[in-house]
Amino acid sequence: MNLNQVMTDLSYFLPELILTGIILLVIIFDLFQKAETSIRTGFLAVGGLALVAIALLGQDTSLSVGIFSNMLAVDGFGKFLKILVTLGAILVMWMSFNSNELKNRRVGEYYILILVLTLGMYFLVSATHLLSIYMALEMVSIMSYLLSGYLKEQMRSNESSVKYVVFGAFSSGILLYGFSLLYGLTGSANIFEIQAALASGAVSPVLMLLILVMILVGFGYKIAAVPFHFWTPDVYEGAPAPITAFLSVSPKAAGFAIIIRFFNVAFSDGGNPNMEVWDSLQNLDWQVLVGALSVLSMTVGNVIALQQSNIKRMLAYSSIAHAGYMLLGIVVANQTGIAAVLYYASVYMFMNLGAFFVAIHVKNAFDTETIEDYKSLGYKAPLLGVLMTIFMFSLTGLPPTGGFVAKFYLFRSLIEFGDLYFYLALIGLINGVISLYYYMRVVKAMYFGKMELQEQTHTAPLNVTILLIVLAAPLLFAWMLGDPLSHLAQNAVSFFVN
Amino acid sequence: MENHLLSIVTFLPVFGALVIAFIPKEKLDLIRWGAAAITGIQLILAIWILGIFDFSIPGVQLQEHYAWIPSFNIEYFLGIDGLSAPMVLLTALLSFLAVFTSWNIDKAQKGYFALFLLLDAGMMGVFTSLDFFLFYIFWEVMLLPMYFLIGIWGGPQREYAAIKFFLYTLFGSVLLLLGMLALYFISEPHTFNMLILAEQSSEFGKTLLLGMNAGKVIFILLFVGFAIKVPIFPFHTWLPLAHVEAPTAISVILAGVLLKMGTYGFLRISFPILKDAALWFALPMAILGLINVIYGAMAALAQRDLKKMVAYSSVSHMGFVLIGMAALTPAGMNGAVFQMFNHGTISAMLFMLVGVVYDRAHHRDIDGFGGIAKVVPIYAGVTAMAFFAGLGLPGFSGFISEALCFIGAFPVFTWITIFATLGIVLNAAYFLWAYQRIFLGELNPKYEKLEEINNRELFALIPLAVITFFLGVYPTPMLNLMSSSLNHLVEVVRTAGMAAGL
Repeated sequence: MNLNQVMTDLSYFLPELILTGIILLVIIFDLFQKAETSIRTGFLAVGGLALVAIALLGQDTSLSVGIFSNMLAVDGFGKFLKILVTLGAILVMWMSFNSNELKNRRVGEYYILILVLTLGMYFLVSATHLLSIYMALEMVSIMSYLLSGYLKEQMRSNESSVKYVVFGAFSSGILLYGFSLLYGLTGSANIFEIQAALASGAVSPVLMLLILVMILVGFGYKIAAVPFHFWTPDVYEGAPAPITAFLSVSPKAAGFAIIIRFFNVAFSDGGNPNMEVWDSLQNLDWQVLVGALSVLSMTVGNVIALQQSNIKRMLAYSSIAHAGYMLLGIVVANQTGIAAVLYYASVYMFMNLGAFFVAIHVKNAFDTETIEDYKSLGYKAPLLGVLMTIFMFSLTGLPPTGGFVAKFYLFRSLIEFGDLYFYLALIGLINGVISLYYYMRVVKAMYFGKMELQEQTHTAPLNVTILLIVLAAPLLFAWMLGDPLSHLAQNAVSFFVN
Repeated sequence: MENHLLSIVTFLPVFGALVIAFIPKEKLDLIRWGAAAITGIQLILAIWILGIFDFSIPGVQLQEHYAWIPSFNIEYFLGIDGLSAPMVLLTALLSFLAVFTSWNIDKAQKGYFALFLLLDAGMMGVFTSLDFFLFYIFWEVMLLPMYFLIGIWGGPQREYAAIKFFLYTLFGSVLLLLGMLALYFISEPHTFNMLILAEQSSEFGKTLLLGMNAGKVIFILLFVGFAIKVPIFPFHTWLPLAHVEAPTAISVILAGVLLKMGTYGFLRISFPILKDAALWFALPMAILGLINVIYGAMAALAQRDLKKMVAYSSVSHMGFVLIGMAALTPAGMNGAVFQMFNHGTISAMLFMLVGVVYDRAHHRDIDGFGGIAKVVPIYAGVTAMAFFAGLGLPGFSGFISEALCFIGAFPVFTWITIFATLGIVLNAAYFLWAYQRIFLGELNPKYEKLEEINNRELFALIPLAVITFFLGVYPTPMLNLMSSSLNHLVEVVRTAGMAAGL
């Protein structure tokens, strides 16, 4: 590798470079802030991320190259997800400005950690080498541990962080073991070379299955799929609420990105975009395993969510169920399936952030996280009630919201191919019916029951209202107007293949 | 404007809901009259549509056809034929009248009427859309306002009734969605356009799905989806609860329009698209229809709550529709759709009348009245008429449609028809028995000062009574409206069946 090559690669690496620069700048800026003014660090961080987003948007979509000796890939797939996680980070920072939990404390590092986490996700969605995958994964995880324990003086937050670390360390250990086996057996840590080695039949199927399970443990933990989900409810409940919201969307989307890239590039002939269905290599039925994870996640997540009375825990379990739905798209392993996952992840970001932000605001204003206490909220704060209803309907997957369209694309991709998938679709859809019950409990609390007051008594601050409308409007209208997002998602299914 | 008449009639209530959302909630009269004006205009438009509708043509008219989401070949496709035209009229009529039945709603009126109009739009959309995806969207959109309307403005058990209704119907919708996607992928090129799907009918019988005949599998999926809406035994358990707990106007809409959507779905989607499977499933459907007739009537006979009795009478009456359509004869089919319309008007009257007495007495216990005909003669007279219409007395529209169902079904399902006629006797029994207990005999001293039915309530009832009576004496206009489309439907299903050797 010569210097020229490095310089060319760096030019593809521009958004990451800008983000790194901004992180350094923000750290230095924060040194000059007192605790009371440390929120300014946050403003600077949001501005910086906006700049990075512009650099990302400026990147050529048709670009598809491997950089730094194929450690990372720069391609349409990565670009889509980078924009998605950046948008998530911006929205979460916006809401963090309004969070009471973060008032009266030094918050500079908080925003810096989110920035570093975002950078980690950039690496994760573009990693194509076992080492870069692992390092990116750890970068995301460690920042998540820190952020979930950010409320140092609260027991819950500490518990959250410690649980997260213990589970995280354990599962990344297993992942690493799987990686080392894979490296030992194929002689390469680059996923393209691994793919070639597997295609030539170098590894025995039994060993491959073992490796596969280990890798699924590591990745499954990141996206909180059952049975690797045990950390989720406690971490989600204890972490600062904006971080919970963030963890449930952006790092999760990044986790899905690496699963998709890894399985579809390394374990199947997914490199060939002309194939309708990508065959798995060596008759290795990773689809069956992923399908099993999916069914488990949906069902367990939904059934346990039924019994939750705390809204954060309810949303935590529901996010497990949503991971299950998204896994369905990976099972299909073709262009439409993956486009459907990308679409779902985007819509999920809007609706789940919306639901969490309403919960944060209610916690700020009424100091409660119990669903029962949302009583009459629809009358006390009509606009807030309507917006929360939209998010709940969307999470359930009812028309005319984006949540329905996202589910529709997923199930569409399933039914297109064969009978096994038909059953999966049926299970997924019935899970949607189950989820109706607990999402509607929130709506029920807000509107049904005795109407104590008919008058509006509470108005959310303007910037919160705007933020929530920004999240709700696309859910209602984007797909009706020809659905531009589905084009973006379809175009984003282009992987760099060496 | 004529080119977009169906869009206007469908989306006018959405516009109305938006307008109402911006009226201050203190201006109650403006809100009510606004809703009345919107539904009134919709009714006028619906009548206009019938005016320009050419009923000698069996095909789809007033089409509006645009690409919507081209990458999935989803279209914005509206149109009506002889099957949907009566339903469009029924929806507009009942929505307009139900606004007046809603006059007494005593809390959050603004939200009520806004949601009511959204419901109206959803119903209208179901009957006008010819793209399955669009149909499905409207079908689901209707659920959301219904959930709130029952859950917020309903009776004591409203929360349970609302979520039960929602869960049941969503479960049905899910199966509908699966069936819809299966149809989409078997059709070539992939489409949701119902007319093209119907043309490709023979393909579905040849393909395998889950190792079975795809047409049959899809038919069953759609059947359960629609059956929950009708509702067909054993999927009916949501209905008595939802009807009893819903406010009067919403019961009117539920019984008058929503139940028709199930049977409409059979005739619009299942029958024309899955012709072989429809013939294959005709006998089970007729048997289920018979169960509905008998079981519904028996259950109605056992009720002490007047509203529950009327609710079960709906189950019974929808059974006639099923028997009529399962026969797949011109008389049976016309009878079935005519019965759909008639049940819409008659059950709407019945629910309105129950609402009238409930508003005054605050209970609906059939045995809790007695002799009130002396105090409220006009109410007693109108109720007598509605009850007679309900039990299918000659001279009222219900008689004609039930008779047509029987005439059509007799040559095909002789024994089922014979047993189903028993339902008529049972219907007469519970209606007359209830009438006797409420209106005749000793006057219950508690109700000496019972208030007579007022003009607003009469205003909502009289048009329905007139229609019921008119169509009972002279059904030709309505039968003309639908017969060419329905006879065509029977013919194509029969021909396809013969080709398949059924």
